[in-house]
Amino acid sequence: MAILTKEQAKALLTKVLSYSKAEQCEVNLSGSDGGNIRYARSSVSTSGGISTNSLVVNSAFGKKSGVATINEFDDASLEKVVRRAEELAQLAPENPEFMPFLGPQEYGPESPTFSEATAAMGPKERADAVQESLNQAKENKLNAAGFLSNSAGFSAMMNSNGLFAYNKSTDVAFNITIRTEDGKGSGYATKGYNDYTKLNTKADTAIAAKKALASVTAKAIEPGKYTVILEPTAVAVMLENLFFDLDARQADEGRSSMSKPGGKTKVGEQLLDERVNIYSDPWNPELPTSNWNGDGRPQGKVNWIEKGVVKNLYASRYWAQKTGIKSLPSPDGAIMVGGTKTLEELIKGTEKGILVTRLWYIRPVDPQTLLVTGLTRDGTFYIENGEIKFPVKNFRFNESPIIMLNNLDEMGRSERTVSAESNTNYLLPPLKIRDFTFTSLSDAV
Amino acid sequence: MKRRNFIYLTGVGAAAAMLPAIPVWGNEISPERALEYIDPAAKKILSDVAMNAARSKGATYTDVRVGRYLNQFVITREDKVQNIVNTESYGVGIRVIANGCWGFAATDKMDKDSIAKAAELAVSIAKENSRLQSEPVKLAPQKGYGEVSWKAPIEKNAFEVPIKEKVDLLLSVNDAAMKGGADYINSVIFTVNEQKYFASTDGSYIDQDIHRIWPTFFITKINKETGKFETRNSLSAPAGKGYEYLDARPEDKIKTASGTLYKGRYDMLEDAKQAAAQVGEKLKAKSVEPGKYDLVLDPSHLWLTIHESCGHPTELDRVLGYEANFAGTSFLTLDKWESKKFQYGSKEVNITADKTELGSLGAVGYDDEGVKCGQWDVIKDGVLVNYQAIRDQAHIVGLDHSQGCCYADNWSSVQFQRMANISLQPGKKILSIADQIRNVEKGIYIVGDGSFSIDQQRYNFQFGGQLYYEIKAGKIVGMLKDVAYQANTQEFWNSCVAVCDKSDYRLGGSFFDGKGQPSQSSAVSHGSATARFNGVNVINTARKIG
Repeated sequence: MAILTKEQAKALLTKVLSYSKAEQCEVNLSGSDGGNIRYARSSVSTSGGISTNSLVVNSAFGKKSGVATINEFDDASLEKVVRRAEELAQLAPENPEFMPFLGPQEYGPESPTFSEATAAMGPKERADAVQESLNQAKENKLNAAGFLSNSAGFSAMMNSNGLFAYNKSTDVAFNITIRTEDGKGSGYATKGYNDYTKLNTKADTAIAAKKALASVTAKAIEPGKYTVILEPTAVAVMLENLFFDLDARQADEGRSSMSKPGGKTKVGEQLLDERVNIYSDPWNPELPTSNWNGDGRPQGKVNWIEKGVVKNLYASRYWAQKTGIKSLPSPDGAIMVGGTKTLEELIKGTEKGILVTRLWYIRPVDPQTLLVTGLTRDGTFYIENGEIKFPVKNFRFNESPIIMLNNLDEMGRSERTVSAESNTNYLLPPLKIRDFTFTSLSDAV
Repeated sequence: MKRRNFIYLTGVGAAAAMLPAIPVWGNEISPERALEYIDPAAKKILSDVAMNAARSKGATYTDVRVGRYLNQFVITREDKVQNIVNTESYGVGIRVIANGCWGFAATDKMDKDSIAKAAELAVSIAKENSRLQSEPVKLAPQKGYGEVSWKAPIEKNAFEVPIKEKVDLLLSVNDAAMKGGADYINSVIFTVNEQKYFASTDGSYIDQDIHRIWPTFFITKINKETGKFETRNSLSAPAGKGYEYLDARPEDKIKTASGTLYKGRYDMLEDAKQAAAQVGEKLKAKSVEPGKYDLVLDPSHLWLTIHESCGHPTELDRVLGYEANFAGTSFLTLDKWESKKFQYGSKEVNITADKTELGSLGAVGYDDEGVKCGQWDVIKDGVLVNYQAIRDQAHIVGLDHSQGCCYADNWSSVQFQRMANISLQPGKKILSIADQIRNVEKGIYIVGDGSFSIDQQRYNFQFGGQLYYEIKAGKIVGMLKDVAYQANTQEFWNSCVAVCDKSDYRLGGSFFDGKGQPSQSSAVSHGSATARFNGVNVINTARKIG
């Protein structure tokens, strides 16, 4: 299925709704085209193309609802899927948390999530981009392992209460690990964009290569508490644990880091350093995301943490109504306001510390304190008197993003980065943190 | 399907910490439709269309997977049914070699024209990428088996069990936990049926019917005054079984000082009752004093340590660098294997790979590149003796055949090397759990899996659990909390001094082992008997926040 325009999507959804006999009916339509190349040992290992589309019909009678999906779009199939959703709804148990579908919503201006250049990518463009990366590695006698993927898609929804929403988007993701031939050095780079023309696989490969070469002959230093500078890629995998925990229901139920004794939450409390400001904004030109959520709610600009104070938690429509809080969906990306310094300037201003370029295998240890564990990877360096002195062996850490953002020393400029754990894109600064807790050494390169 | 989507679907929030990546899901269908089975003859016709189209465009090898992947999720919390989801994903994935390079394309349009077009696209991708190739793909020889089939030996197809029966069970489990003092419980029954058809230009047409089940719950209890909370996950193990897994007999239960443990089958109601009591004990438990302890690890816990520290580093694709950009490489480099004397563990450590063990998650007749499955030694008397390989890697380690470790989580995913069931063999001497505990002076007995993390070459790991019992002078003296152990893989396995006998051998496993880019999930089991490890470093994980 080609990417439908707003008008084409509207016409198709209107037709689907015309078949409905349910009290309420809501239809979500989406489609995407994409492909990827994975390479390792300096050759392509897997590569593929995939095109998918689906139409999801949700029919409701009272508090009973049924969902059916189809990927065929002739009239008979469309009617059939509506009938099936209605049959399933009649058979379903009542859902006490069912919410009537939303009426028409205001979504504001379209968000610039779509790029023609990305949508036009095919096997040749992917192979060209990978060739640039492989050449860069081969010229320097380094081993490259990387992944490039691109997709273009659209989503639309309409319901019997008059709601209609549409968005189309593209995305391209590239990540690369460069290892020295002796296996003693490893470096990494990751980039994500909506617009493919911003991607420079040669330059990103060069960054990974530089880290790989600089990390050879790493020295072991004692684990313990250190001042660290975390590059944005490392910041992403720590902070997203905090973003994922901004859920109102978990907080109200007393089982998250946002909970307080007696059924209260930490909303309104000074939880973090007062320089911490975290928000989401679908129209940010560096990190555009859809201006509506899959359940039809608008995605607007929302302050989650302001001057270190928890301002808002996200919630389902049911939970928001039950508790009387603002009905905010979880955002598609998060932005932390940074400072003005470059990473190099942060290093220059550091007497003693460790530069962490990447953190890896992050897993929760204690949900109450948001303590997580994980390891440094692909380039960790000792800083003394404002200079990188030597590479150090990787560490395991046990640290909480909440404790970390209380031990904030300095922030650099925010930039777009990608979490290697969740593949989510963020705008985040490099952070200089005091007393970051490394608990053991790892021999891994 | 991403982990976050799963969280959204189940509403379990923090409970999803126990679940990593989730496989691709499909279209929602009625429960009855899951009981339909597509005639292999029809799948053969479609496969031949794909193979002929690829060959006509210049492919020198083609395999076709016509896959129907069915999932059912019955999801409840406390006294509510949250969601009942039946999904079907049906389509075809076509993998070719052209100009010595792999190409892949997939479609869910099951008419002959669309399938032929997908096959042609796979060939054009292979040709486009062949300019990036440094050497041509070399496949281990594989004979065609003709038209064959394999069915998981289940007793009761979970998809045939009425949803009401599953809902009633889960609500009774929830009720028991709440009456036992839990504040919250989320409970789920996942069932999976993979109906896979594989055809290749080697002359195989293989039809397989695979079943898996995972009943699980997650309990939370809160101290209202302090706001402190503790959780306890189910001690079930996901299994390659039918609904009979939920029909536990007396012989499936092991009574220990910590309560009942399960072997082969699971009593969900009983476990929920004991979990509600244990989560209360956890709230009052003593915070662990950090230091060196002898650890006695139950199979419900040890499976995950085996998975991370032996299963992954012996995957040949990791050893060779194919996973360098994501999951990582391996410390078990080829020179260690070639030396034939790399002491991975103590003499007590015998670890096997097995793709055939009945009731395990990894059991199949043939893998996803048409190789008949078997079993082999990986660690023998503590020494590294073998890896886990697929067809295009076998020649690198001098094998003349694949070990049958190829798997794709969906028709739309490219098959690649995935972990076989990797299991620690039981000890040869008679030894019970009680004996193990009796022999420990200062130790911790750990039951159930918890937090887990390991580096990209599998040297340094950290694991938590569900239940921690302090052992002093051969006796359990009480429960501990805030426990995690950190170790180096080789040191840890060399500190293994005793493994219980085969009467204690049990399987644990993962429904959602994530690997690859784009990420794919596979299900895999790991067996062991209760094992003891001496002098392991234990840290205290308690912290304080504002």
